[in-house]
Amino acid sequence: MIAYLLALADDALVSSQRLGWWISRAPQLEEDVALANIGLDQLGQARSLLTYAAGLEAAGRDEDDLAYFRDEREFRNVCLVERPMTDFGVAMARLLLFSTWQHELYTRLTGSTDETVSAIAAKAVKETAYHRDHAQHWVIRLGDGTEQSHDRMQAALDAEWPWLAELFDSSFLDPGLVESGVAVDPAALAEPVSAGVAAVVAEATLDLPDAPPAHSRGRHGLHTEHFGFLLAELQHLARSHPGVTW
Amino acid sequence: MTEPREPLWEVFVRSRRGLSHVHVGSLHAADAAMALRNARDLYTRRQEGTSIWVVPAAEIAASSPDEKDSFFDPAADKVYRHPTFYDVPEGVEHL
Repeated sequence: MIAYLLALADDALVSSQRLGWWISRAPQLEEDVALANIGLDQLGQARSLLTYAAGLEAAGRDEDDLAYFRDEREFRNVCLVERPMTDFGVAMARLLLFSTWQHELYTRLTGSTDETVSAIAAKAVKETAYHRDHAQHWVIRLGDGTEQSHDRMQAALDAEWPWLAELFDSSFLDPGLVESGVAVDPAALAEPVSAGVAAVVAEATLDLPDAPPAHSRGRHGLHTEHFGFLLAELQHLARSHPGVTW
Repeated sequence: MTEPREPLWEVFVRSRRGLSHVHVGSLHAADAAMALRNARDLYTRRQEGTSIWVVPAAEIAASSPDEKDSFFDPAADKVYRHPTFYDVPEGVEHL
């Protein structure tokens, strides 16, 4: 159960950190605020899930301990969200993949037999609907825009697509959680997510990549070379000044 | 940051049912759909609204500051236009 909560929480937390990088760097001021809003929504999801996980763990840790004092191997996020995201096309392609998945996931988790999971999902489902909408509008405009924006959007989609598959990996999950209705089988999301992305890609006049899945084992704690740098930035303050408040 | 090439939009937000949409500011966006979303992100982050209008700034006809005298000053000495010359009967509470 804790592994499942950590996986969902870490996805949101790490994605949020990557989105935060865009503040002051987006192509327009309006987009700075939009990406910050989306990142903060995801941070909120991560906090709720980490708090719940910490409570179940009953080891005297809280959400901050889990976010700031776990090491790389203990994080369970997929590699999709941890990779650098310094191209706006990549940011929108990734947000499209991630938010489409999150939205399908949380829509189903509103029916979770675990009341806390169900309540967290009910809040997240509205947020992720907006994130997906935001990404869809950008992907369609950039894909169906100028020749240059089309090519860059296609390249971004090609780069992100192989990392999508890990979100459908069930191997880390206790099958009992799916049987008892607490969790959603990740594999069951593959079809609706792919269909949702494909519809947007078609409208954006882009081609759906047919590249094989990347070798991605973030759910098992094996991360890309980029993740350590992200964690260093994320955790630096809390580790340098334990217990700091402001 | 480079000079934005997207057109400017004026944003109007209605804070709750029964009130009018009020001008809250402006933003840049490529088209109306993006303008609405930007407006949502910029101007309703703290539950300020239940409805948003966006209007292309170029479509707004505005009075010119140069015409201020001819437009507005003539009203200055016409106090009889204010409804202050009626005697209100005693005992009428809700007038």
